Amino acid sequence: MELDFIHKPAGHCENGVTANMFRFYGFDLPEPLIFGIAYGMFFSHIPFVKLAGLPVSSFRTFPGALFSRATSTLGFKTTTERFLVEENAMKKLDKKLAEGVPVGCVVGMYYLPYMPIEYRFPFNGHNICIVGHDEATDMYTVSDPNCTEKVTISRKDLMKVRFTKGGTYPLFGQMYWIDKAPKELPDLKPIVLKSIEKNCWFMTSEPSVIPYFGCNGIDYLAKQIPTWKDKLGERKAALNLAQIIRMLEEIGTGGAGFRFMYGAYLQMASQITGENQFKEFAQRITAIGDNWRTFAADAATIFKRRKDACTYDHVAAQIAEIGKLERQFYADLMKVAKAAR
Amino acid sequence: MKVEDVPQDAKFFKGTVVSDMCYAVDENGNYQAVMSKGWDVKADALQTVLDDVEEQCEPIRQQVLRHEVSPLAYHMEKNLMDIDMLADNSGIAKRKVKKHMEYDEFQKLDQETLENYAYTLRITVDELKTVPEK
Repeated sequence: MELDFIHKPAGHCENGVTANMFRFYGFDLPEPLIFGIAYGMFFSHIPFVKLAGLPVSSFRTFPGALFSRATSTLGFKTTTERFLVEENAMKKLDKKLAEGVPVGCVVGMYYLPYMPIEYRFPFNGHNICIVGHDEATDMYTVSDPNCTEKVTISRKDLMKVRFTKGGTYPLFGQMYWIDKAPKELPDLKPIVLKSIEKNCWFMTSEPSVIPYFGCNGIDYLAKQIPTWKDKLGERKAALNLAQIIRMLEEIGTGGAGFRFMYGAYLQMASQITGENQFKEFAQRITAIGDNWRTFAADAATIFKRRKDACTYDHVAAQIAEIGKLERQFYADLMKVAKAAR
Repeated sequence: MKVEDVPQDAKFFKGTVVSDMCYAVDENGNYQAVMSKGWDVKADALQTVLDDVEEQCEPIRQQVLRHEVSPLAYHMEKNLMDIDMLADNSGIAKRKVKKHMEYDEFQKLDQETLENYAYTLRITVDELKTVPEK
């Protein structure tokens, strides 16, 4: 049994699952629109939360927040469930599939059989959508936004990825689905304006005593980088930097990618609201995304130990500059969004 | 980023269905979704981390050759696990996992336990029993 589910790849897993589910219920919304409406852009660098001994940075909002914000804003009724017993988690999944409901699952990357071996990291927080179950072979059909086509996974492996232990985030077989779709979408204009305001607020409102989140987090990272070499030694400093780039560019987090996605959102926002200034802001955030990419390329010269390597001070200055640009960007954007309401 | 600048540096994604998707601007300044096969900068970052893991494993590999620790200790490190994660994911008690890190204890393991460890570490039983020659 396989649902009539159109799979499209996406830049980010949770947006992608949400977009594919919306399409199943007859609403073909582009990924950036969902990302924007759920005000998904964020930044955090938390030195004491570690993944494989290296600090975690994130360029997006918390796992699960995107789906719940997008669905509740647009009038979808949804359910999220967590389980203590693995067999119950699978039974419930089978039941929902039999009812013809595609089910989103939060899974660990480590045991996903179709991932390249190099990507088998203990990262718990990937999103996939289960869209079919073949009783004869006990294989499940998976729509994974990181894949160009649908893939399959055995029952044993699926159970394993839903309950992978350790890593960043305890899993408890978390699954979510849409119970009821609205007849038609609400008027998007006020929703878009509000979402932009909220996203700006999340990036700029944190008091400076909490240095880890929003634009503060970017400034904080800029201050930390030059200290790594003395504090941690050459090897660990290079590893930390490589880790930032992985978080910046890798599956599941994509930093510069989110800036570009937000640019795409602002272009759509301009069309939806008729506010032309959003187009200029789209260009500004595109330039900021390009800065993030330049930073990544320069940082790579350090951890690859190239002869013409940049210095830690150089890349730190790049980040400090990005921090300044982003802070100004959100402040200006907030004003325009408020005025347009 | 412009559409024509979207990197297509295939490395780790080669031969898989996994791919990246980027948003980039076309010649009219409009955003488009573009598939990407990968980016060298990204692959270098990942390779740096993998090389470091390899370096950390080398002394353990030597210890295995001297029969001081079991091959399980090597493969645990190599496959980015620690004793807690290995115990939790295999369902084998932590106390026992620790014991199986000893070379002689590991040699006494039955096929079922070996298969469990191999599955947990995503390798074959044959790989689990030995360490690479280098």
